[in-house]
Amino acid sequence: MTSFLVRRVVGALVILIFISLITFYLFYAVPRDPARAFCGKICPPETLELVRHNLGMDKPLFVQYWLWLSAIFVGRDFTQFGPCPAPCLGYSFATQEPVFNAIVDRFPVTLSLTLGASVVILSFGILTGMLAAWKVGQPLDKIASSSSVIGASLQIYFVGPLVVFLLVDTLGLLPRPSYVPFTEDPLTWFVHLLIPWVVLSIIFTANYTRMTRSQMLEQLAEDYVRTARAKGMSGRSVFFRFAWRGAMIPIITIFGVDLATLLGGAIITEQTFTLHGIGELAVRAVQNTDLPMLLGVTVVGAAAIVILNIVVDVLYAFIDPRVRLN
Amino acid sequence: MQSDIADRYRLLGAPHNMTFPSSTTAETDADAVDTVAAAAGSSVAIVGRSPGQLMWRRFRRDRTGVIAAVVVLAFILIALLAPVISWAYGKNPDDYYGLNQPGLLNEYGYPILPNGGISGDFWFGLEPLVGRDVLTQLIYGIRTSITIALIVTVLSTVIGVTLGITSGYVGGKVDYAIGRVIDTLLSFPSQLFLIVLVPVVDAALVLPTQEPPTWLRFVSICIVLTVLGWATTARLLRAQVLSLREREFIESARVTGASPARIIFKELMPNLWTPIIIQATLALPLYVGAEAGLGFLGVGMPEAIPDWGRMFLVGSNVYHSDVTYLMFPGVSMLIFVIAFNLLGDSIRDAFDPKTKR
Repeated sequence: MTSFLVRRVVGALVILIFISLITFYLFYAVPRDPARAFCGKICPPETLELVRHNLGMDKPLFVQYWLWLSAIFVGRDFTQFGPCPAPCLGYSFATQEPVFNAIVDRFPVTLSLTLGASVVILSFGILTGMLAAWKVGQPLDKIASSSSVIGASLQIYFVGPLVVFLLVDTLGLLPRPSYVPFTEDPLTWFVHLLIPWVVLSIIFTANYTRMTRSQMLEQLAEDYVRTARAKGMSGRSVFFRFAWRGAMIPIITIFGVDLATLLGGAIITEQTFTLHGIGELAVRAVQNTDLPMLLGVTVVGAAAIVILNIVVDVLYAFIDPRVRLN
Repeated sequence: MQSDIADRYRLLGAPHNMTFPSSTTAETDADAVDTVAAAAGSSVAIVGRSPGQLMWRRFRRDRTGVIAAVVVLAFILIALLAPVISWAYGKNPDDYYGLNQPGLLNEYGYPILPNGGISGDFWFGLEPLVGRDVLTQLIYGIRTSITIALIVTVLSTVIGVTLGITSGYVGGKVDYAIGRVIDTLLSFPSQLFLIVLVPVVDAALVLPTQEPPTWLRFVSICIVLTVLGWATTARLLRAQVLSLREREFIESARVTGASPARIIFKELMPNLWTPIIIQATLALPLYVGAEAGLGFLGVGMPEAIPDWGRMFLVGSNVYHSDVTYLMFPGVSMLIFVIAFNLLGDSIRDAFDPKTKR
């Protein structure tokens, strides 16, 4: 187990360094002049030189990357903005605040959104999938199958406003989506995030229904199920106590892969409901060509996904011991 | 297999199916005849058919697939005929009708008539605030979506297939290098990268001081979607080639001295068309959604080009007062994506009847 973990963590670190290197190169070398992007359209040459010097952009690219990377661990002193203690991801071009603080401020919103949506996706998707497999061929199964096609074709930015229009504007059943910290008032937090959770999970849930259904049907054809039945176990016990465990293994793997997509969906959901999370931060940074912010958000996003994937792998190894051998 | 045989028996009665294979497909037809003769084991007159014909036959029997195909074709036709339609209808997507003609928009910029200003003059109503015609915006918007989605699908498929086959066939260090690139690309938070990269590519193509040309965003979006899109196809193709490479027919080709080019194009490729086409039909609706998503997030097409994504952006800002406007791009896109997904499913079934969904 330890060597499995070590191997996965080292691999993840390599990928993270790779991603940050590529991202850094893309943001600081591909645009013709990043200092000008900071300085704005009307920029006198001497100011441009100053900006370039203060941001360290007059140094070779690799030195710039090294400065950026080491700042995460030891901090850095920007002449223009003042010192930036570790972990430092630089200062935003647009708002002059430290990038790391901005991301930390917004983190709870995105975390609440994705965690809540994951709970909805997994519980609802697995439940309907199992019911569809239990009643295979019956109306329930057919409804589950056809709604999964529609669900996968829906767009968050269409369904979101529609749901708000219906449930909030017209019927007044729920409050307008917003973020209230969980620590402040758990109930308000829950009620205000209910619509975003449901909308974000709509596009994923259908897929999990479909997968759970086919996995269950596959498991039910396995030898151990037949043995259990032959030994007199009731159909219901075999189904709900045995078969679903086997069906969950591939579902967990796919959920690990889907986490990246879920984060992407969170960006669009945050924008749809104007929740001030990391996705909204990224979109605003794009509109302002705020390079340090973009770099920070991308690297933190990639790190989150890589870490979550390790967690999923470890979970997977716990459930299915065969994984560790490879 | 069984349904294929039944299919042939049923169709034997139809005289127009009794055509002889053309010379180009003779080789595969001979195979088909053999299999049928062996499987059917009867003396009924036997028609040889190429795999392509068999696929087409299976596809035509799938009613959902045919309806989906008709819907998709209708969308493509509307996109192609957009100038003709808007000429016959007498409006264009660029004019600010609501601003130029009094009596269409109220003081807050919303259509005066109910349901988003739907009337005999403006069939789908008016865009709030600026008063453009929704119908023409919508049909010109299809052009933008489909063009970008098609270009990206073709480019990412070509790149993915080339690198996937190279990686799987050559193996060794090349495979390792390409494999690591694919791994990294797939572990990117790709949607985050998508929005973030568009302005970066913009900045790479044009200096910040220059006025951005209208084609810039189009090119940037195509580049970014392609760069982030090819890896899935490449990984699939690599896996396919790895398993095919060890099969006897490749080995015998190699033993008889076939060149790598011949092995790849004549031996491997015929076995790869099915996964390639399936992957491409799965990817295209995703690109339609991704392009509209970019527009919704404000990094899509510039104001001058009609675009569904921007219609969603406008719609999500005005829906409290005018929900009708959002319905048109929303429902159109829902129909298109559902139809394309169903079409993809049917094509997959037709190509590979063994797979169950």
